Amino acid sequence: MTSLGNAGVAWTAADSTDVLPAKDGNEIQNYMINFGPQHPAAHGVLRLVMELDGEIIERCDPHIGLLHRGTEKLIEYKTYLQALPYMDRLDYVSPMCMEHSYVLAIEKLAGIEVPLRAKYIRTMFAEITRILNHILNTTTHAMDVGAMTPILWLFEEREKLLGFYERVSGARFHAAWFRPGGVHQDMPDGLLQDISDWCDGFLRVLDEMQALVADNRIFKQRNVDIGVISKEDAIRWGFTGPCIRASGVAWDLRKAQPYDAYHLMDFDVPVSTDGDCYARFMVRMQEMRESLKIIRQCVKDMPDGRHITDNRKVAPPSRGEMKRSMEALIHHFKLYTEGLHVPAGEAYVATESPKGEFGIYLVADGTNKPWRCHIRATGMAHLQAMDFLCKGHMLADAPAILGSLDIVFGEVDR
Amino acid sequence: MSVVSPELGVNSWPVMARHEGLPERLLALLGDAVVEIAERTDETAVVVLRDRLVEVVAALRDAPDLRFNQLIDICAADYPDRAERFEVVVHLLSMAKNLRLRVKVATDGQAPVPSLTALYPNAGWYERETWDCYGVMFAGNPDMRRILTDYGFEGHPFRKDFPLTGHVELRWSEEAKRVAYEPVRLAQDFRSFDFLSPWEGTDYVLPGDEKAGQP
Repeated sequence: MTSLGNAGVAWTAADSTDVLPAKDGNEIQNYMINFGPQHPAAHGVLRLVMELDGEIIERCDPHIGLLHRGTEKLIEYKTYLQALPYMDRLDYVSPMCMEHSYVLAIEKLAGIEVPLRAKYIRTMFAEITRILNHILNTTTHAMDVGAMTPILWLFEEREKLLGFYERVSGARFHAAWFRPGGVHQDMPDGLLQDISDWCDGFLRVLDEMQALVADNRIFKQRNVDIGVISKEDAIRWGFTGPCIRASGVAWDLRKAQPYDAYHLMDFDVPVSTDGDCYARFMVRMQEMRESLKIIRQCVKDMPDGRHITDNRKVAPPSRGEMKRSMEALIHHFKLYTEGLHVPAGEAYVATESPKGEFGIYLVADGTNKPWRCHIRATGMAHLQAMDFLCKGHMLADAPAILGSLDIVFGEVDR
Repeated sequence: MSVVSPELGVNSWPVMARHEGLPERLLALLGDAVVEIAERTDETAVVVLRDRLVEVVAALRDAPDLRFNQLIDICAADYPDRAERFEVVVHLLSMAKNLRLRVKVATDGQAPVPSLTALYPNAGWYERETWDCYGVMFAGNPDMRRILTDYGFEGHPFRKDFPLTGHVELRWSEEAKRVAYEPVRLAQDFRSFDFLSPWEGTDYVLPGDEKAGQP
């Protein structure tokens, strides 16, 4: 294709023409480097074009979109139910939280009632997902700054959580388990007891891991006072989630705008005032403990009842019913071919995903497919502040800052 | 405005305090910049004149009883049937008042929308994304490069008239030792099904049945 010019050439001369004014007759040129897109500390396919003065970062220009798959466009061509699995593939380290916003948006537009048990189940698994995400983030962040052990210790626990995923949905990652009206299948027998047992063991591992790094001299030297963002700046740059709480803003959508069963849960919102990488790390560590509290409450109070609404225009009938009832068979067939119709209208639904505010702006036109589904990615706002956060820091601080922002490219690039 | 506490636990979606009299307050604040105010399931959306977007958002941010201090998102939606086909949607959040607001402006793809980068620094990337995906220009954004699509990409992929399969496909060319771009070749035609036959029977003439009712 000649019309595309030098398409695919990632590096052009225009990228490196920043020439500093000559001071003593010798022209000094800042050094431009490419951090990524293939770099283990870039947490995916991030290309950071950095302008360095010695080892000091003068400017940092993140190039994103290397994992852009056009999710929002694809969703417009799918029925509401067919579009759901795309959500898992956004932030692939916290799949169920991605589904959560999407199903809540559909429920809001269509006015679907959800049984209490389904709300509890979704709340519990949203918190399991939060731990899943924070385990990955805190340990890889620790590894980025040189601590090898946490990832080995905590990934064992993460594996057990993925086991719970598998037991409820059949898939370790791409669960597609949250559905409009509830969850697809009820939990298997004995799962609640196993989750409860896991909670007891995890707290010990978490304490051990924290003791390993939190007071470690090297870990502190690499994180304390690195990438500081003030309260005002964090708000201006659109920070949400643990990143804004680490800057001293006590803002959590689970408290401010509770959804599902969060209004019944008793938990605290950890806040730090330092706003540096260490604060963001510690907020996440503390959030895992709060998540454990919520999981325990869900296990204790889990009500009986249906796991999904019995509205047949929204949720399919059970297998057994389908074998006996013609009506049920028709409903099943229509639901999986035509799908549910969502009344025309628009809604913006945001939930507190592990990374922050994850929003779905859904425009329905009354048919079985969304007219527009915009995904408000948390990481995009955080990554946008990279230049702001990195300016004046050393090159080696960039991975620490990036790690503390918790960026996952499936979500940023969509 | 008076604040009504929400009833918790009725619905699954996020509940927020309702602000009685918000539309009247917005009308008083924004005056003749307002085109339309719509309220639906405890969400408020206000359509404003395109040229006055910056003024409107600045007023919303600075009003002491609203304090929309955070820009959550900017995106666009394409409605090809409208005279001005693109709708640029700005989501604002007021942490102090626990309030969300949707501000919308219409544009035809030629006329630029005023940029919000002077008010909120994080508008930059959102506007770049909207430009990349829909081809809506933002006047005043200092950095209007593409952001999500490939280097050298042509077209605006989220427009409704842009095909889902795109125009080019790429592969690694072993001969040229670089990525080669070629026109898309589909082994099977792109399929689009009509799912919209209603549950209670059709109220339109099915294809092939045109002559069925005639004597």
